[in-house]
Amino acid sequence: MLSIQNLHVEIDGKPILRGINLEVGAGEVHAVMGPNGSGKSTLAHVLAGKPGYLVTAGTVTFKGQNLLALAPEDRAGEGVFLAFQYPVEIPGVNNVYMLKAALNGIRRYRGLSEIDAVEFLARVKAKTVALGLKEGLLNRPVNQGFSGGEKKRNEIFQMSVLEPALAVLDETDSGLDIDALRIVAEGVNQLRDAARSFVVVTHYQRLLDYIVPDFVHVLAQGQIIKSGSRELALELEARGYDWLLQAVA
Amino acid sequence: MSTTAPEIQALIRQKYAAGFFTDIEQEQLPPGLSVDTVRFISAKKGEPEWLLAWRLKAFERWQQMKEPEWAHVHYPKIDYQAISYFAAPKSANDAPKSLAEVDPKLIETYNKLGIPLEEQKMLAGVAVDVVFDSVSVHTTFKNKLAAAGVIFCSFSEAVREHPALIQRYLGSVVPQHDNYYAALNSAVFSDGSFVYIPKHTRCPMELSTYFRMNAINTGQFERTLIIADEGSYVSYLEGCTAPQRDENQLHAAVVELVALDDATIKYSTVQNWYPGDEEGRGGIYNFVTKRGDCRGRNSKISWTQVETGSAITWKYPSCVLKGENSVGEFYSVALTNHRQQADTGTKMIHLGRNTRSTIISKGISAGRGQNAYRGLVRIARSAEGARNYTQCDSLLIGDRCGAHTFPYVEVKNSSAKVEHEASTSKISEDQLFYLRSRGIGNEDAVNLIVNGFCKQVFKELPMEFAVEAQKLLSVSLEGAVG
Repeated sequence: MLSIQNLHVEIDGKPILRGINLEVGAGEVHAVMGPNGSGKSTLAHVLAGKPGYLVTAGTVTFKGQNLLALAPEDRAGEGVFLAFQYPVEIPGVNNVYMLKAALNGIRRYRGLSEIDAVEFLARVKAKTVALGLKEGLLNRPVNQGFSGGEKKRNEIFQMSVLEPALAVLDETDSGLDIDALRIVAEGVNQLRDAARSFVVVTHYQRLLDYIVPDFVHVLAQGQIIKSGSRELALELEARGYDWLLQAVA
Repeated sequence: MSTTAPEIQALIRQKYAAGFFTDIEQEQLPPGLSVDTVRFISAKKGEPEWLLAWRLKAFERWQQMKEPEWAHVHYPKIDYQAISYFAAPKSANDAPKSLAEVDPKLIETYNKLGIPLEEQKMLAGVAVDVVFDSVSVHTTFKNKLAAAGVIFCSFSEAVREHPALIQRYLGSVVPQHDNYYAALNSAVFSDGSFVYIPKHTRCPMELSTYFRMNAINTGQFERTLIIADEGSYVSYLEGCTAPQRDENQLHAAVVELVALDDATIKYSTVQNWYPGDEEGRGGIYNFVTKRGDCRGRNSKISWTQVETGSAITWKYPSCVLKGENSVGEFYSVALTNHRQQADTGTKMIHLGRNTRSTIISKGISAGRGQNAYRGLVRIARSAEGARNYTQCDSLLIGDRCGAHTFPYVEVKNSSAKVEHEASTSKISEDQLFYLRSRGIGNEDAVNLIVNGFCKQVFKELPMEFAVEAQKLLSVSLEGAVG
């Protein structure tokens, strides 16, 4: 599904990612953990195509295509979704209206006709209920005046409506209390199936109690320094990152 | 941002979609302005002696006035002697009674603009008074309006048919000598629209006028007068486009609104005159005086404007709040792209007790556009309990454009409450990336953000107009992003 090979990325001439290798198969959940400043968010952003990053070496292949050559909206069309660490406020733009524009943008990319309004609303309604999202939030401007938890829940809500093939979750757990965390995790778990893959970027192992990963990777100083199973995350929780960093050094 | 620059530049350079020229035989006065010009226009229109005298007085005052230079706009000096002050489509000599009698070329022009009259006649009961150059050539729905006692006709017709109303109200809101362009208009105004809504009457339909300039080098001097008598209501829509041409065209209209006791006037404008080419050549100069007089108690005048066209816009739709409890509103979206310049805003003059006003201004600058908001809120000593709320937001697209805010506040009554909020922002890369990462293309993402920015104003527009305005904005903005 997703194949990252020897990925090097710079921002303003400063190397951030220094040779990432990662293979994500269909239906797999990969957790990417690591200390602050290790390049976790950069990896998430580069996958979604955020401008401002310079790829100096390496390849990212998604469903056999060169992902890096695609515009962000075309990556969405191919089925990539990024849940933002800091969801952006867009004043005056209705949340559901935006989502409909997004869904139709993706459908156009795939050569499908625009979604029927009734069908769309039904889908939205079902997802709203499933995620315990207040219906009032649907018609508010995108993320404006949302609480931290509401913003994150809104990201997962968008994800569940857009039904991506690859979802990248960038520190979706940060700033969430335990109840919100559980709801967000349930939202993710509902979407898990044999075809859909997840890259879950997180600082804490707490999220992985709810979203149980198939693989755990530790990112430090722009490289994946250790990969393992679910147990690696637990070990990190118990021992911190330092022992790993020292071992690498 | 820089990676998309070339395609942006290409899109910004998009040609004005409504730019074409209709070849209709014109009856045109040679360029020049003198007492004789004024007399010619008045005679041509068969005006009564008092109106000629009124025009001549205005001309005399205009000659003593100086062109204002305080606005934040720059343009070469206008040679008023090089402008022709009268042009009428020939077919107007015997005015058409139905569409069939209208010059087919004219119909063709409207069809190109996507506003065929036939369709408009059917559209949700909208009556249309089309101003093609200087003479009104078509008025529809007259009978239905007449049944309600509403008068909606060309200004010339009103002079003939309702001289008492014209004499009473003409220049009563915008005096002849109010400003340089108003004085010029008063001297040489060609035609325009007149509306009278009788007491306790709700105008049965929205009144709409499409303006279109179409004669080389002809100044356009429209005059609109709307009177809402006690307890009446009217919604008036004004929209316009103009064909592409090489020389700058001066447009100096005057709009006067009078609202008597308990009357409401809602005046909406979507303006899309030719803005000039990329270098600003050939665009319209839009120097307009619009003012509403809330003369009666509990009266209300609401201006909504979406300004996307013209090379230069100089325009301050204002409200004089005389009547107790009267309300003035101004909702504005002004967009400047390429080298367009806009200096626009409003004046809210509070004279009566408990008068209230709201100002919502949204300025969007792209390309090398310069956008200035200039607003005056004046609370007179007599305006006990007056209130004003002003919100003035600017959105910048790209880094070669400018936004400027010039708020003037004068308060002479200590019981008044005046609030002013202002913001300037750029379309952020984060917002764009967020939308694009959801599958929304760059252009659509910009349109979404801009439309969101303008929402407070768009929701004040009548439904069909709001749709048109959104379309206009997206066309005007195509590619103006980085």
